[in-house]
Amino acid sequence: MSQITPVLKREFLGYFRSPVAYVFLIVFLVASVGLAFFVGGFFKANQASLQSFFVFQPWLYLFLIPAIGMRLWAEERRGGTIELLFTLPLTTLDAVLGKFFAAWAFLVLGLALTFPLAITVGWLGDPDWGVIAGGYLGSALMAGAYLAVCSLLSSLTKNQVIAFVLGVVVNLVLVFLGWSVFNGLLSGFLPVPAVDFIANLGFIPHFDAFAKGILDPSDFAYFGSVIALALTLNYVALER
Amino acid sequence: MIEVKGLVKTYGNKRAVDGVSFTVRPGDILGFLGPNGAGKSTTMKMITGYLRPDAGTATVAGIDVAKDPVAVKSRIGYLPESAPAYGEMTVVEFLNFIGEVRGFRAAATRREKVERALALTHLESVRRQAIETLSKGYKQRVGFAQALLHEPPCLVLDEPTDGLDPNQKNEVRSLIKSMAADRAVILSTHILEEVDAICNRIIVISSGKVVVDETPDAFRARKPGARLDAIFRDLTSADA
Repeated sequence: MSQITPVLKREFLGYFRSPVAYVFLIVFLVASVGLAFFVGGFFKANQASLQSFFVFQPWLYLFLIPAIGMRLWAEERRGGTIELLFTLPLTTLDAVLGKFFAAWAFLVLGLALTFPLAITVGWLGDPDWGVIAGGYLGSALMAGAYLAVCSLLSSLTKNQVIAFVLGVVVNLVLVFLGWSVFNGLLSGFLPVPAVDFIANLGFIPHFDAFAKGILDPSDFAYFGSVIALALTLNYVALER
Repeated sequence: MIEVKGLVKTYGNKRAVDGVSFTVRPGDILGFLGPNGAGKSTTMKMITGYLRPDAGTATVAGIDVAKDPVAVKSRIGYLPESAPAYGEMTVVEFLNFIGEVRGFRAAATRREKVERALALTHLESVRRQAIETLSKGYKQRVGFAQALLHEPPCLVLDEPTDGLDPNQKNEVRSLIKSMAADRAVILSTHILEEVDAICNRIIVISSGKVVVDETPDAFRARKPGARLDAIFRDLTSADA
């Protein structure tokens, strides 16, 4: 297990050895703040909250997280470094967790860099800091779930484009399952409990709870299970 | 030191390695010869724990690679074919990463190991250069430095002189020779003069089977006066 650290460190610093980190962070910040201001009506809502910021995150993550996750394994396969990695004295689990936590830490860094938005809200009004903290926590957990799915898909191919497209599609399904518009369509011909069940498989209902400041253990369990399941399959795919 | 017994590996319906057995003792430099596709690389990948054999065992220092892969991997220095490395890292960054995974956690010890590896492979002049900007010869040396950084008792080198110019080839050969005193070395090649120059044992593999396992002198005595490649051609014509 101590072998996770070197992998994590190499992977995390690796983002900053290429323009990837800077491009990603800038796009992420501009897009998330831009959406909140210009589409979400951050000022118009006249509320001291980050609701208009968090509401777009499931959609933003849909494209940005596959961009980070696609290279995790596909790049190693293409470059042949996977052979180097797996002939070093570490286990497959060390490598899977090291890479996952490095990419997750990078995403959380991006998320943390949106803090001026929270400060702005605090300066303009009197927000409920608990709700804001809940939103950030939920967003970080949701990012982990997206990422774990992308890591799994990246391990199935040596082509990063395929990994990206699969990542978007599978995450899109997971977003759609819990999207109110889609659930509204379903309730036209499915009984309510069935629609509820389907909605609960998706990301949005669980994230919304966090964004409202509700910390329900079942929502933690949901994101935790998605991460654990995807990484287990990731491990199995690599051990094969 | 390295003991291989009845290794088998099948890809689809092609048997790449078909019951390969041999032993390498400390002090041996084993030349692993064979036409392309004969199963040299596949055998090496099974010894180093990258591929799992379908049948048979590979043990290093008495440890079965299937039972304790991490222990075996920590005793082997492996140079995979075409020396894969993380291109965006500089030579020093890369070797530091390898050192860390190899268990040299204290910065001082690690620096010492890295410096020694840099000196042995004459990489000091490019130490701060990104690996992807290096020429083929330098990349190969980075692969070498990585393989011998932890002074392993076993070295497995897949075509170590591939793509090097004659001077570099000579240098790599004397490097291998100087390290072989108390180590077990396996190197694959399809350059016969190389075997003659440094190996004290020859194994010829053809269509996944060992067809020759003897000293270079005995190999030459098979057809007195003939060139080595003529003997080689006779032995491996089944592969053509």
